[in-house]
Amino acid sequence: MNPLLRTGLALKPQHYHEALEAQAEGLWFEVHPENYMVAGGPRLAWLDAVRSRHPLSLHSVSLSLGADAALDPARLAALRRLVERLEPALVSEHLAWSTWRGAYYPDLLPIPRTTASLRRVVENVQRMQDALCRPIAIENPSHYLRLEQHTWDEIDFLDAIVARSGCRLLLDINNVFVSSHNLGLCAADYIDRFPAHAVAEIHLAGHRDDEGDDDDESGSAGPHLLIDSHDESIAPDVWRLYQRFVERFGARPTLIERDDRIPAFDELLAERRHAEEIACRARSAP
Amino acid sequence: MTSLARFHDDFVKALYAQGSGGEPLPAFAAQRGFNVYRNTVLKTCIDALQANYPTIDRLVGSAWLRELCSAYVRLHRPTDVRLIEYGADFADFLERSSLEHELDYLPDVARLDRMWLDVHSAADEPCIDVDAVASIAPDALANTVLCVSPSARWRWFPAYPIYTIWRTNREVGEWRGDIAWQGEGVLMTRPDGAVRWQAASVGTCAFLDACAGGVSLARAAQAATEIEPALALDRMFAQLLTSGCFAADCAANAPSPW
Repeated sequence: MNPLLRTGLALKPQHYHEALEAQAEGLWFEVHPENYMVAGGPRLAWLDAVRSRHPLSLHSVSLSLGADAALDPARLAALRRLVERLEPALVSEHLAWSTWRGAYYPDLLPIPRTTASLRRVVENVQRMQDALCRPIAIENPSHYLRLEQHTWDEIDFLDAIVARSGCRLLLDINNVFVSSHNLGLCAADYIDRFPAHAVAEIHLAGHRDDEGDDDDESGSAGPHLLIDSHDESIAPDVWRLYQRFVERFGARPTLIERDDRIPAFDELLAERRHAEEIACRARSAP
Repeated sequence: MTSLARFHDDFVKALYAQGSGGEPLPAFAAQRGFNVYRNTVLKTCIDALQANYPTIDRLVGSAWLRELCSAYVRLHRPTDVRLIEYGADFADFLERSSLEHELDYLPDVARLDRMWLDVHSAADEPCIDVDAVASIAPDALANTVLCVSPSARWRWFPAYPIYTIWRTNREVGEWRGDIAWQGEGVLMTRPDGAVRWQAASVGTCAFLDACAGGVSLARAAQAATEIEPALALDRMFAQLLTSGCFAADCAANAPSPW
């Protein structure tokens, strides 16, 4: 693996100074580029300063690779300018859509996995890679719905995207856990089948149990859901799946992802140390 | 239309569907998990608006603001993926919904929150060298055209003390009961990387309007004193120079690539 990138942290504005001063070996930071697509000002200056001391990853959330439309050239150009400015070590996006007919729906919305949607995703991934002159990593989604339109298994679908576009994958282990719970699948089986050779990055995050919302407006019954909320510390089950992956396939650049209810920087560093211990044990195993 | 396009259309329709009635929704929207997407999309939009309008939040309280935002969000979907841009016309929306809040000054206070965001994210450009301007002979100075910095914004509000209301709530200061209920102007700049604000008279705003229109300093001064005859021009000009109002390089005023 890239020796510069071991375990990284999601960079939040409240941690800028600590992030700037942090010196842990192999530490890197990840940001959503959409938050830095501004003409100038202190936000970009902060990011430039962090970049001058640490490797950076751009984790895009809005290119909408899964929409049945060509990528927005202006949005792609904006991302390219940031890539040129920051020279990130990693660039990633999601197997999802979020823009449609000129409107932005700020979430990672699901696509039916069909041969037609595969063609569209591959085309969009290729356009993105061509524009950025580098391979990108595609993240596996969190699932909350059973879609009868799926004709492809997700692992096969991701494998086909990799084979046809030459992209890499971002394995979000919390998404695997959340989706497996919500859809009644086996998370360990998903991890074991994941195309490990293509994994450029791993995400670890916390989730929330939605059992408190039993009286939701839909009135629909069913087991409680897990939500990929990124507002909690990483759950023990997710740590175990992480250990399973790195023991089987080796360590990868790993991100501690936290987007809400941001704790003290030290708390994130403690989670980072835990991830490092797991990766280190896997590296030194016979 | 492809089946994937139809899926997007159905999904979006279901995201914004309210209650029963109306067109039938796709089967997947009846699953409990669909609410996760519905809630996330609406909450993210409301959170973004609330974050973009912190002074309105403080003035009317979070619960009420989120109700107003919820109504806005249902009418206006984001079109820009940069959520800092979301709600650029929120002040106009507040104007249209004034019957609900009966706070006539609220839209203009929202305009100052928006102004702050614009100044905060405007292009970087060094300020003009104050000493260099000071060394220009008075006659030559009168014919000089200065370029307004891309991060300078100003506005005169004729009806209410908008700047004082905004500033008091933005700085979380004490409200002074002796505020005169009259028009006020504001100037925001970013001279040293951080957004700064100050009061600006009607003449100062007219002066800056004229400068932004590309006229000479003499003609800008004339515009300023026409509207505010008592304006102390020298003092005002010195203050604008040191506030970071003018750019060193006019090329900075080219349209932003973003």
